[in-house]
Amino acid sequence: MKKPVFPVHDIGMAVAMEDYIIEMLNITKEFPGVVANDNITLRLKRGEIHALLGENGAGKSTLMSILFGLYQADKGEIRKNGEVVRINNPNDANNLGIGMVHQHFKLVEIFTVLENIILGVEPAKAGFLQKSKARERVLKLSEQYGLKVDPDAVIEKISVGMQQRVEILKMLYRDNEILIFDEPTAVLTPQEIDELMEIMRGFKREGKSILFITHKLNEIMAVADRCTVLRKGKCVGTVDIDKTSKEELSRMMVGRAVSFRVEKKEAEPGDVVLSVRNVTVLSKTHKKYAVKDVSFDVRAGEIVCIAGIDGNGQTEFISALTGLEKISSGKITLCGVDISKASIRKRSKAGMSHIPEDRQKYGLVLDYTLEENLVLQRYWQLEFQKNGFIKSNAVRSYAGKLIKQYDVRSGQGPITVVRSMSGGNQQKAIVAREMDKKHELLVAVQPTRGLDVGAIEYIHKQLVAGRDAQKAVLLVSFELDEVMDLSDRILVMYEGEIVGELDPKTTTVQELGLYMSGAKRSTVKEF
Amino acid sequence: MPEKKNTTKKVFNLESVLKSKGFSAFMAALFAIFLGLIFGFIVMTVASPANSLPGFRTVLLGGFRRLGDVFYFATPILMTGLSVGFAFKMGLFNIGASGQYTMGMFFALYVGFMLKPADGIHWLICVLAGFLGGLLWGLIPGVFKALLNVNEVITSIMTNYIGMYLVDMLIQSNGAMYVPSKTRTAYLPQSAQLPPLGVDNSSVNISIFIAIFIAVILYIILNKTVFGYELKATGYNRFASQYAGMSGKRNIIITMAVAGALSGLGGAFAILAPSTIPGSSMTYEPINIIAANGFNGIAVALLGNSSPIGIIFSALFISHIQRGGTLASLFGYKPEIIDIVISVIIYFSAFSMLMKSILDRIVKKRREMRTKDHAETGGKDDPDADNPARALDNDKKGVN
Ligand SMILES: Nc1ncnc2c1ncn2[C@@H]1O[C@H](COP(=O)(O)OP(=O)(O)OP(=O)(O)O)[C@@H](O)[C@H]1O
Ligand SMILES: [Mg+2]
Repeated sequence: MKKPVFPVHDIGMAVAMEDYIIEMLNITKEFPGVVANDNITLRLKRGEIHALLGENGAGKSTLMSILFGLYQADKGEIRKNGEVVRINNPNDANNLGIGMVHQHFKLVEIFTVLENIILGVEPAKAGFLQKSKARERVLKLSEQYGLKVDPDAVIEKISVGMQQRVEILKMLYRDNEILIFDEPTAVLTPQEIDELMEIMRGFKREGKSILFITHKLNEIMAVADRCTVLRKGKCVGTVDIDKTSKEELSRMMVGRAVSFRVEKKEAEPGDVVLSVRNVTVLSKTHKKYAVKDVSFDVRAGEIVCIAGIDGNGQTEFISALTGLEKISSGKITLCGVDISKASIRKRSKAGMSHIPEDRQKYGLVLDYTLEENLVLQRYWQLEFQKNGFIKSNAVRSYAGKLIKQYDVRSGQGPITVVRSMSGGNQQKAIVAREMDKKHELLVAVQPTRGLDVGAIEYIHKQLVAGRDAQKAVLLVSFELDEVMDLSDRILVMYEGEIVGELDPKTTTVQELGLYMSGAKRSTVKEF
Repeated sequence: MPEKKNTTKKVFNLESVLKSKGFSAFMAALFAIFLGLIFGFIVMTVASPANSLPGFRTVLLGGFRRLGDVFYFATPILMTGLSVGFAFKMGLFNIGASGQYTMGMFFALYVGFMLKPADGIHWLICVLAGFLGGLLWGLIPGVFKALLNVNEVITSIMTNYIGMYLVDMLIQSNGAMYVPSKTRTAYLPQSAQLPPLGVDNSSVNISIFIAIFIAVILYIILNKTVFGYELKATGYNRFASQYAGMSGKRNIIITMAVAGALSGLGGAFAILAPSTIPGSSMTYEPINIIAANGFNGIAVALLGNSSPIGIIFSALFISHIQRGGTLASLFGYKPEIIDIVISVIIYFSAFSMLMKSILDRIVKKRREMRTKDHAETGGKDDPDADNPARALDNDKKGVN
């Protein structure tokens, strides 16, 4: 094998000796207005878990998409087992044993689990599908790796966690040996994350090699062998996990020390802003109630968190609260106005801001530009329109302000099409829009999902600042650290009911876990 | 390596130009037209090899000899194209343009025959009546969709038939409008006909300017107004528009009503056009046929990428090909063959989105070839020739 003639960023240059399954050498990829990957070299050892870390928009997804054949690099080359390979499309990647689970899943919503897994590699005999064989194989794989799925369930009806297991099974079904995970844990509950970590360790034992993107340093410390850090499209370096720490990683990534604790003073709750009384919501998937007789108050100047394991009615409750779905009984009052049956626009005018759980489905018009998305809740206000005509200058300068304040990174600023932005920056755009809009109540569902540690720090500070400015915040988060750190009160939701109200200062994570799993419940204040 | 530098640059530019959204849609349309023409030529060759060359020449260029007619025939399909394109921006498929067109035409005819206002404004009132007729007929699928969630495609197809039979029935039973012996409508009074533009032997009239003006207005509505912002947002992402508090129901009804009104205007413009023979007028034959101009509007909208400005040009193009096709019958082609050729060209043209993906693939191929090219030329003086990365390294030096 010839020695490469270009400079190598890797720490420890024993190139010829190491057993690299994949080498991405001097990869450069430009998009309009931004160099997403700037001369990046990444080497994946056989059988290792290699983490990829970097700020939002650093170029992680782009680099992985190049390896998976979705984009072609402008410069640089990819080698597998030391040989140069050309990956022009995902089929090529697949033939080389490379599989990928995307940041935003790529499943056919109306197909079943099994149909999605075999899509594109359907076993057929004389033109007829041989589903039974495929099913056997899928069930075997699912058992072997502990990936529980129901092969006949339709994708749009199953939880995000199971959808992800389907994506993983898709890779396994294709006998992939190089597995790319793009922020797999952003959408998972803590329990599911633990399971996924275990699954990844299992893959490693089987000799598979894994590339793993995450913003959660704990996860990197827990499973990864090495970690490559990117910053603004450039490679900062690759480090061995057993020789590094969370602090060093975050410093490499952001260029400064990051605080993981939220600094906040004692809350000074004021008047009741949101009052929820006996709210019941019917479930769409089954005949039962998704939310049963829920009552609570949120006051100005406090952050109240609804904690719970995903699927216990939080989604349905928030949909009903924000007006996306109807409540079947009960009463919701916002700042003294009864909004139980009000339209979404009325709720917004009454002072509600909403960071939605599904950013791509509800939060953004992906084919609109960044500036158009930043006024999605306000385009009709006199500040941005006159006689029905949009004031484009006002929109432009307002967008500029938010982009700067919230550090939303993109190729072309206000006129970037949001679809082309990185996942974390899409999220930042929503957060900026909802926090900047005049509001009394902020309903924030997973506000920091997919954000890097620096951005999380900033958003947390903003949430606390909003609270201190006497705004009410209703937070839904699966992130236990976030729940414990940020909230002033915790309401635990289990099977559609509030089963306990906890004070984060006197509660332990273990106790919270008991409530969330339904093992414990206490009497809640009666209204 | 100066030459190499140049080629790299050029391919790169082509790429970045192609990547810009508007331009790639335009290129795709051109490419689609090109393919359509090739297939049209093949059909003509099969039908009559000897005449295929001069015949095809006429299809291509004949329209230039009848520019007035090109504009005249472009007007109605420009309107139905705008109708389909406008609804499409909101994610609605207005396949009911034909019915709305026929309704608009009937309303215009009715006012033309039954009302006798002052001379100067008669045609104007007829046009407004056409607008109203189309609007009402577009409203129906809109209301059904918004309030009862019935798919607009199904309702539109039904309103196409209902509209056509209803109009035929109403005309046949109206003594003032219908001439039973000729199975067509009577001649409209001069005052109801649109002011001609004075082109010899052509019915081209003021409505082409009205139509272009309307296209520009629609462009402004779509891109500069709050309504356009909501409409496109809903078309792109229904859920996000709901989340943002937009009134989906209201917008669906307005959009379908506007789309209907545009088609209705198309019908009015077609029937109110002045005749080239003094003392006569355009006429309508109530013979139970759904107006083809409605469906042509779909092709026009697709080729124009649903953009009002694009639709102006695609309507002109399709009208041009149709005129040329008509003239090609001079070379002994049967009208049916000409119809096939025109349809082939139109429908191929309408595949412009498909063409776009083909174009993208070609660009990709070229890029690959470029990389390979470097690897090969590098080989002559470079010991590391079989290593493309080395070649790329050369490339870097060349550019810098
Ligand atoms: N298809 C595209 N077109 C234009 N620009 C793009 C495209 N894809 C990515 N970019 C830009 O490239 C940069 C890197 O994006 P990428 O998605 O790789 O970031 P990332 O590291 O995955 O970030 P995140 O953590 O937020 O997911 C961003 O500035 C983004 O705006
Ligand atoms: Mg990403």
